[in-house]
Amino acid sequence: MDNLTLEQYYEGYLRMLRIRKFEMRAEENHSKGEIPGALHTSLGQEAEVVGACMALEDDDYMVGNHRSHGHPIGKNADMKPLMAELYARKTGICGGKGGSMHLSDFSIGSLGETSIVGSGLPVAVGAALGSNMLNEGKVTLCFFGDGASNEGAFHEALNLAAIWNLPVVFLCENNGWAVSMPASKAVSVENIADRAVAYSMRSELVTDGQDFESVYMATKRAVDAARAGEGPTLVEVKTYRFAEHAVNMGRMLVDRGEELEGWLKRDPVEILRTKIAEMVGNETRLEEIEDQVEKEIEDALEFAKQSDYPDVADAFDDVYSERVSDFYGLS
Amino acid sequence: MPRISFIESIRQAQYEELARDPKVFLMGEDLVANVFGTTTGLIEEFGTDRIRDTPLSENGFVGAAAGASMVGARPIVDLTITSFVYVAMDQVCSIIAKSKYIYGGQVKLPLVLRMCMFYGNSNAAQHSDRNYPMFMGMPGLKIIIPSTPYDMKGLLKTAIRDDDPVMSFEDGTLWSQKGEVPEGDDHLIPMGVADIKREGTDATVVAVAGGVPLALKAAEELSKEGFSIEVVDPRTLVPLDRDTIINSVSKTGRVVVVDPAHQSCSAASEISAIIAEEAFESLKAPILRVTTPDTHLPFFPNGEKALLPSKDRIVSALKRLLN
Repeated sequence: MDNLTLEQYYEGYLRMLRIRKFEMRAEENHSKGEIPGALHTSLGQEAEVVGACMALEDDDYMVGNHRSHGHPIGKNADMKPLMAELYARKTGICGGKGGSMHLSDFSIGSLGETSIVGSGLPVAVGAALGSNMLNEGKVTLCFFGDGASNEGAFHEALNLAAIWNLPVVFLCENNGWAVSMPASKAVSVENIADRAVAYSMRSELVTDGQDFESVYMATKRAVDAARAGEGPTLVEVKTYRFAEHAVNMGRMLVDRGEELEGWLKRDPVEILRTKIAEMVGNETRLEEIEDQVEKEIEDALEFAKQSDYPDVADAFDDVYSERVSDFYGLS
Repeated sequence: MPRISFIESIRQAQYEELARDPKVFLMGEDLVANVFGTTTGLIEEFGTDRIRDTPLSENGFVGAAAGASMVGARPIVDLTITSFVYVAMDQVCSIIAKSKYIYGGQVKLPLVLRMCMFYGNSNAAQHSDRNYPMFMGMPGLKIIIPSTPYDMKGLLKTAIRDDDPVMSFEDGTLWSQKGEVPEGDDHLIPMGVADIKREGTDATVVAVAGGVPLALKAAEELSKEGFSIEVVDPRTLVPLDRDTIINSVSKTGRVVVVDPAHQSCSAASEISAIIAEEAFESLKAPILRVTTPDTHLPFFPNGEKALLPSKDRIVSALKRLLN
């Protein structure tokens, strides 16, 4: 497989920086009380999110999880409706009904960012099955974490994808922690990728998930194999979440001490920036990208804050194709 | 019009919809072996891609149906026995029921979950559930629960064409029942429209699923004593035709609600509450429920038979209201 082009590096940096800035501002404004509910950031995981997404074609499918901000941005979604969703506005990507754990933009091939851990894996299998039956030739990328790899849904999904030889890439974002449970105490194998053997499935292990190119290359091999009719792959990426499980949990659940300090020194956005700057010998284009992203985030925030909240009546829509009756006149 | 069995009406609905729309496919356990007789002739006609046998992975393949429906396919999932849906509850309740909502209407999930209620034949508690009421409390799922071959075929065809997820609860005690059923594409019954199975003026019986033929027998018996009993079959519980139920009770002033489910939070409980809220002034007597008590169905046949709604229990409830 060819190496990444310089343009792909810049594109990767652009998308990773968008995630970084989007989440930093969201976190800041959440603490000011502007954003309701919980906020699950993927700070520290930008390289694996973007590396994996960029291995897809634009119309390929993607399924994600509760840590949902990065996935759509990684697949090049417009950030305005995403930010408006965090702000619970009518113009939000989910009309204000989903929030931080469900930033799913179906126009870019997302089939849901689902917040029950493990529940997206069978959905991804079904998307691939449907795509095959409808002869669409699309690949489905399924993001999930180390915690989800212990769910029964993981086993059922991998087995089904294997016996039906489906075009799915199961991408395990192993960030080391399931809320307060470290993977070292919860997962029976050192590498989750090893679980592929149980399903006669190909696997890829990316030991440096802070390196954009490594994630891209491994995922691209899996995507190419899926598109060639060679079935599913389990890709494990070792990464780390810099923040708590969720913002605003009231207190720090686990003191990750030196482990966290060590990972903070391996910031994926900084790593890619340094790599590009060394490659080209100047920072002109990088700085242009940084200015562009700053403006995009400001625009997204302004769009969100200027949008209206939904009406109470909107709570009765989208349950079914027909509006649900409001017997109590609540709207 | 041909007379066919309840089971054959399911087979015909599936056959016709598979032939009509190439996006429709059927998946579930032991379909090729045709365990219940609902796939006779389907494999020969549509092949094993569209009549897809699955491993024992209910959470996996129900979730796969959800994913397939999100990308434009229209799966029918045959879960065989209703109790097996518990294995897939995460997908049913968190994905299928809620995806359209939490994503603000960006997606639709046109799929059908078919389940047989396998009670009344000594299969013990784990295989004998009538569990539709628990899904009435989960918005996002439509529920059909037909009592005749005519309704079964017409509602299943409608369910397959519907753009929302539909759960089809099929009463095993009705499988061999026969009735006149039209052939062809036009036989569609809308959801949310109850059917008055027998008209009457002295009392109403609202009955669901296997309770309907029992209610009709009870009405026939009481007609010999000069009483005129109306039997209303909601046919679908979500959406529920409140108007037909309220209108009937407003006319008769007396009502028994028959439901094979366990009593607490049953469909009968919900229907009774609606009547109490909407038609209280019309009532000449208390609302009575004939349901299964809140104990499990035992293996021993005399015990199981005694617990389930019966013609005699319905007659005795009606007499309490009429005397």
